[in-house]
Amino acid sequence: MSDTATATDTAAKKPARPTVTILAALNKAHFDAMAEDPKIISLGEDLADPEGGGVVGVTRGLSAKFGDDRVRSTPIAEQAIIGAAIGASLVGYKPIAEIMLMNFTAVAMDMIVNHAAKLRFMSGGQTSVPMVIRTMTGTGFGSGGQHCDYLEAWFAHTAGIKVVAPSTPEDAYGLLRSAIDDPDPVIFIENLPTYFAPVSFELPDSSHRVPLGKAAIQREGTDVTLISYARIAGEARQAAEKAAENGISVEMIDLRTIAPWDRETVLASAAKTSRVVIAHEAVKEYGVGAEIAAVISEELFGKLKKPVKRLGGAFSAVPYSKPLETAFAPDAERILAAIVEIAG
Amino acid sequence: MAFQGYEPDNQTLLDIYKRAALLKANDERARKVILSGQIAMVYYSYRGQEIIPSALSAALRDDDYVCTIYRGIHDMLAKGFPLRPLWAELAGRVTGSCKGKGGPMHLTYPPKGIMVTTGIVGSAAPIANGLAWAAQLDKNDRVSVCNFGDGASNIGAVHEAMNLASVWKLPTIFICQNNLYAEHTTFEKMTGGENIANRAAAYGMPGFRVNGNDPAEMYAAAAQAIARARAGEGPTLLECMTFRFFGHSFGDDDSKYIPKEQKAKAMENDPVPAFRAKLIADRVATEEELAKIEADIEGQIDDAVNFALESAWPTPDDLRFDVFEKEIAA
Repeated sequence: MSDTATATDTAAKKPARPTVTILAALNKAHFDAMAEDPKIISLGEDLADPEGGGVVGVTRGLSAKFGDDRVRSTPIAEQAIIGAAIGASLVGYKPIAEIMLMNFTAVAMDMIVNHAAKLRFMSGGQTSVPMVIRTMTGTGFGSGGQHCDYLEAWFAHTAGIKVVAPSTPEDAYGLLRSAIDDPDPVIFIENLPTYFAPVSFELPDSSHRVPLGKAAIQREGTDVTLISYARIAGEARQAAEKAAENGISVEMIDLRTIAPWDRETVLASAAKTSRVVIAHEAVKEYGVGAEIAAVISEELFGKLKKPVKRLGGAFSAVPYSKPLETAFAPDAERILAAIVEIAG
Repeated sequence: MAFQGYEPDNQTLLDIYKRAALLKANDERARKVILSGQIAMVYYSYRGQEIIPSALSAALRDDDYVCTIYRGIHDMLAKGFPLRPLWAELAGRVTGSCKGKGGPMHLTYPPKGIMVTTGIVGSAAPIANGLAWAAQLDKNDRVSVCNFGDGASNIGAVHEAMNLASVWKLPTIFICQNNLYAEHTTFEKMTGGENIANRAAAYGMPGFRVNGNDPAEMYAAAAQAIARARAGEGPTLLECMTFRFFGHSFGDDDSKYIPKEQKAKAMENDPVPAFRAKLIADRVATEEELAKIEADIEGQIDDAVNFALESAWPTPDDLRFDVFEKEIAA
């Protein structure tokens, strides 16, 4: 689109159905960022084009365009991957390291938690680790107990690392660009089962950014505040629509950044509605919802009409069998039930 | 000789000695200061291992990178870590290189390429590769040195790192300082295979076991590995044989796990005085010249310790800073 295009032109070009996926938005974010800054480098298992450009194709085309020096497939060695990214980031590079699945971060926890997160502090600010760790996860494909956990709470609990989880193509693009721009390490969580759904009409422009630490109010409302992120934000949007049909006005907030989370937006909404539901795919116990509920109770005790209600994954490993997997994580129906209950 | 063409000349030998003398004196002072109660710190004495980083650093440039571990103050001092910010950091003062936030196990000084000190065994290796990758991309012929011990040679991170360094032909130099004890456990008891150097072959890189207490051999081996890395020919593993004189952490009773005769013999062959005697015997330097060097070192350490003890402590508010680039809100 040229700079002189008018709003009418844009509308005319808009396709009848959504065509843009989170996958395409992430791919474009890589291309745009690497074209703008030669210090951005990328590494991970099967990441380069001869190996498929990533197992689902997020990095497809990058090595062909930017070369094998800057875009590298690695051995299956997560400590080596994160370590290499940390080292390069200490001396001026901005690595994007892909850990194929979030459960595999467990293999590299020492590098992430003891080093990436802490080197700035432990060096008294002499060094820093401006890197992004991209990783995908999420239930829905019957992957069982070691391929689809949401482990964001582990990282949110670690001082020195930021945690991001988009739920739309626009946010995926804007948050990834902001994560790459950020001077500190960022864990960027991508949801595998929703990569491929065409949900938007246009790919974001290369100037598009979504600031880290800023939530999105995706639907304004007055009766109940509903907080979510990642795939469950989609379920929450559906639940909010159905609640409206039942006469309950829901304010739906997508956190987008889990750490540091947007306390201001959340507390303002909670103060307005006095009723809060939090839903995420990660196991409920000790989860991100617990931290948010605790802060809401610290700040708004006495102003709430009901205790904060939390929905999360069951306290089990992610199960394989379809009925069990479906039962594991909250869905729109269960979120709606929680909304109805707390609104009553 | 295995490393022909890389033998140190007399000037280099003297340079190595200056570093080794500094390291020895600094360790002696650290133990004295701890025992006197002036500075309370967890301390892992490197006494006995001085020659390895002294010879290595004589072959390195200031802009080469070094990563090391908690027993690594010798590696840093040899590479040029200045004494005042070192001692202030050991004392936990705000004038320390890390503003008192890192301490003895996380000393960092980028102006001399001292990029990471880790308290986690073996974890410097994957990060050293990243520094080497940056050097490779920058085409600036810097090398990245990863120091670790014989204990760390059995942890996964080191193996992942050696393989990646070989696959990517990175300018990483793996320096295994084999002091024969992994914490309290003997090398023989915990190491499969005859030695660590042989493992290099499995990763397709050269590996040598060298006498880490012999300045000339250590220098030549390091210089050859460095030249190879600078030329883009990839990594090298050097297993440098040595011994530590004061146990795992200072204050532990190593007589419970190190045979008395073994330790006595190692201390009789103390590499720094032996090197000193050889320099005089070979007429590289006179007794007076070396005595002057040593006296100067004592003066510099006096100054640094005083500086540290007179420096201010950090304040609780400092906890908000350096977690992220932007401070945490008060």
